[in-house]
Amino acid sequence: MSHHKLEVKDLHFIYPDGHKAVNGMSFCIYHGESVGIIGANGAGKSTLLMLLMGVLFPCQGEVLVGDVHVTKKTLPYIRQRLGMVFQDPDDQLFMTTVYDDVAFGPRNYKLEEKEVEKRVMQALEMVGILHLKDRAPFKLSGGEKRAAAIASVLSMQPDILVMDEPTAGLDPKSRRRVMGLLKSFEHTRIITSHDLDMVFDLCERTIVIKAGEIAAQGLTSEILVNEELMDSCGLEVPLALQNCPVCGIKKQFKQLNGLP
Amino acid sequence: MSNIINSLYNMRLLDDLARKETAIHKIHPLMKLLTTVVYLTVVVSFGKYEIGSLLPLFFYPVMVLALAELPVKPILLRILLVEPLIIGIGILNPLFDHQVFYLGGIAISRGWVTFFSIFIKCGLTVTAALLLIATTGMDRLASAFRMLKIPRLFVLQLLLTYRYISVLMEEVARILRAYSLRAPEHKGIHRNAWGSLAGQLILRTFDRAQRVYEAMCLRGFTGEYNTGGYGKIKVWDFAYLLGWVSFFAIAKIYNIPMLIGSLLTGVVR
Repeated sequence: MSHHKLEVKDLHFIYPDGHKAVNGMSFCIYHGESVGIIGANGAGKSTLLMLLMGVLFPCQGEVLVGDVHVTKKTLPYIRQRLGMVFQDPDDQLFMTTVYDDVAFGPRNYKLEEKEVEKRVMQALEMVGILHLKDRAPFKLSGGEKRAAAIASVLSMQPDILVMDEPTAGLDPKSRRRVMGLLKSFEHTRIITSHDLDMVFDLCERTIVIKAGEIAAQGLTSEILVNEELMDSCGLEVPLALQNCPVCGIKKQFKQLNGLP
Repeated sequence: MSNIINSLYNMRLLDDLARKETAIHKIHPLMKLLTTVVYLTVVVSFGKYEIGSLLPLFFYPVMVLALAELPVKPILLRILLVEPLIIGIGILNPLFDHQVFYLGGIAISRGWVTFFSIFIKCGLTVTAALLLIATTGMDRLASAFRMLKIPRLFVLQLLLTYRYISVLMEEVARILRAYSLRAPEHKGIHRNAWGSLAGQLILRTFDRAQRVYEAMCLRGFTGEYNTGGYGKIKVWDFAYLLGWVSFFAIAKIYNIPMLIGSLLTGVVR
């Protein structure tokens, strides 16, 4: 399954104004893994995602999807393998109905209309919004929009799902629903978020970014409980692992892991 | 400010109406497009004094409105939006054209006749265009344009302009909301803020448009806006086009109101 692997080698990116957004990042994500990418605002997460997707191209280093380099020539292949869900679903949903929006990707790959319909139905059913297929995207609630945006990517049957803040701006129930949805996928998942509780729940591995460099990477259960590391990277230990706000008692998890 | 948000919703009304499934909606987009083009040509081909001959052409929009089960009020409101412009164009006609003719003993200035002729023609053409969008939808209309071999770039430009109008309006609504919340005393926007608001608007819209475009590219967009299969043209679709074109031709060649009038008066005699 090497074609599901995503490898980043010594990646550098400098914006035209001279700002070094990504400074020598290297990591590898394997088939079926769920990886969280976290970091403070301006750490370089969004730039990294843009580099992975081939929206931006690195000044130095390379991104490999399977054994294919991300270059202008390979973009059609890369974008079929990697599906990205944007932070703001309104940027992603632009057709007049949910159906047409979800069909947009498959139609661009010149699939037969029957195959397009099959994929659209499958994707909508997967995210549980089949009943909304004829609705206009702008009339949906935040959670429904997010589900539609995810379906619009799933219909392209990507191997790797890249998600930018998938739970941002959602109410607790919708957030929980989206998390359940993401958990049910068997795709390789790359999730950037400030919702560290979600990352803790969904990702086995976490990469922490600080000022365009990788500050740490490893098992989520080890990285996210490291208060010192989190603090130095402008982050905090997930709320679920912090002391009880009422009685101040430390959570069992930390004690079990032998942490202070 | 609520006006802007309302108009955003109103603008999308035509898209909502286009999703109905009436007999008219099911007709092939290309046939509806051709019917509309022929209709517009016939309407504008009448001379400036031929108001009477124009009257049978009201039959087309009335029939489409009824068969497509479209609400009359919103369509009329949209037509009214254009009418002030037409009044502006035609209002000087009564001043310049002083010739008078008599209708049943009443003297009527020819200027007023030409003015009403422009007014009616404008109303009919705008109605036909609105009905085409409300029964077809912009996406399917674009596929009809492509079937007519209209260059990809023009069709894409039309579709993206239609799409970006709402992006622009959403940004305007956000900026106005932020402004009005911090300037409750102001009725509109103070002229001191015009420059910076317009600048903000253009920058934000660029940003937003860029993100929408990136989202499109990431889903395989390469310049061709694929709106699904064209669907085959059936006999019924042809019959629709032929039926209307024949009617328009008859309305153009014969003065139907005069024929009906002479028939009635003949019967009365």
